[in-house]
Amino acid sequence: MQFGGLCAVNDFSIELKPGELVGLIGPNGAGKTTVFNMITGSLKPTSGRVLWLEEDVAGLPPHYVAARGIARTFQNIRLFGDMTVLENVMVSFHFRLRSSFWEAMTGLPGYGREERRIRKDALEFLEEMGLLHLANEKASSLAYGQQRRLEIARALATRPKLLLLDEPAAGMNPPETRELAELVRELRTKYDLTILLIEHDMKFVMGLCGRIQVLDYGITIATGSPAEIQCNPDVIRAYLGGEGDGQCLR
Amino acid sequence: MTATIFLQQIINGASLGSLYALVAIGYTMVYGILRLINFAHGDLLMFAAYAAIYGSTLFSLPWFISFPLAVVATAAMGILLDRAAYRPLRDAPRISLLISAIGASFLLENLALVVIGGVPKGFPRPSVFDQVISVGELRIQIMTIVTPVMTIVLLMGLLYIVHRTKIGKAMRAASKDFETTRLMGINLDWVIAVTFLLGSALAAAGGVMWAMKYPQVNPFMGVIPGLKAFIAAVLGGIGSIVGAVVGGFLLGLGEILIVAFVPELALYRDAIAFLILILVLLFRPTGIMGEPMIDKS
Repeated sequence: MQFGGLCAVNDFSIELKPGELVGLIGPNGAGKTTVFNMITGSLKPTSGRVLWLEEDVAGLPPHYVAARGIARTFQNIRLFGDMTVLENVMVSFHFRLRSSFWEAMTGLPGYGREERRIRKDALEFLEEMGLLHLANEKASSLAYGQQRRLEIARALATRPKLLLLDEPAAGMNPPETRELAELVRELRTKYDLTILLIEHDMKFVMGLCGRIQVLDYGITIATGSPAEIQCNPDVIRAYLGGEGDGQCLR
Repeated sequence: MTATIFLQQIINGASLGSLYALVAIGYTMVYGILRLINFAHGDLLMFAAYAAIYGSTLFSLPWFISFPLAVVATAAMGILLDRAAYRPLRDAPRISLLISAIGASFLLENLALVVIGGVPKGFPRPSVFDQVISVGELRIQIMTIVTPVMTIVLLMGLLYIVHRTKIGKAMRAASKDFETTRLMGINLDWVIAVTFLLGSALAAAGGVMWAMKYPQVNPFMGVIPGLKAFIAAVLGGIGSIVGAVVGGFLLGLGEILIVAFVPELALYRDAIAFLILILVLLFRPTGIMGEPMIDKS
């Protein structure tokens, strides 16, 4: 992926097996979010392919990719702030299935029924995420940790098979981070998700992910199990600079 | 000034204001989603008026068929406008979009001039609307009452769509954040097309009623009402639908009342409207109901 003369991500390759939980780490500016943007269709890779369920989705419109079962959350939370918590989730539910123009405009017939069903599903969803009591609050009025959870709920409402989490633990305190790790684990089993996550909190990543890929200046410098990554000299150098002999990341 | 005359002026003002309101809604909806002042919006009034004329004269349809048909045709025109002039520029800088809007406006006006000619056409106003009802000393043309009532009904319908239906949710989501909206599986081009459809249909309703009020239809008839409605949208807080309606009514009432109280100012009506625009932009750029400006990425 190139932006003008800047090569943001180069020769990147990652393979996800169904049900896997993979971490993507690397120093700031390494190109992690760019990888997400390419997978979801927000950016069209300068060259290369994004194979998803035997289809090359590189450069296809984001709404199409979303309909194919890929969802994401954002590093900087991007909720629909002046809509309610419930509406935020309902928006995603609504467009999971293509519906005809007139059906969406007037809703006749059976619109009321569909709307009620979606409302019910969305409420169940919120209950599971522990946000039910906030359903009618404006999304922007939620506490930070709650907003992060809502972003995950909204992403899940599109019924993805692949969930991309961009720094889900950013700005959370240790108890919140532990809780989040637990939630991610639960959701993965419950919804049969494959998860790729970007995170700077090493404890979080190491504890959660089965496999980790490290990116630096747009190049993959290491890949392997948490234990292998922790003591990989290239990784230590990228993070700490200099030699870092014998040290390990914790 | 007697109470009767005052009341009469209030009704006239509300009638004029409701027309501004209908047109202002289209500006505000498009702005809310695309952050674009759709300068061709006023010309849709002209399009609707001509469509109604041709429906009535050429095909000799009764008004209650030709007027709704004009609204449908104008809604289609609005979608076409987006498709031809704005969609190709989705990723372009916002200024390109604005220039395209001005170009589209000139194109529509001059196309009408070439195809139809510059001689004003009379509008076949159905006689039903000419009748006058008297309440005490108050004498009101049916037309004067129909416009504000119609506006309120259409506004209710629009608010229902925006707040209660799924396309409405998608529109509100899109007005907040394009990228995230698309990632939720929503086809943005489709949402924008519906926005143009709704805005243009309302402008068409406004255009037909405007032509009934001032039955002289010419290719440039949309310019001044368009600009006034734009002022109303800014006054109410651009991006807010209710704001656009409030702004429309305020502007209409203001114009009529100023002229009623100070008849010497009658010739400066339009100038006063623009003065209001400048003052709002200087002192309260977010308008009456507007929220603080958020720069959308």
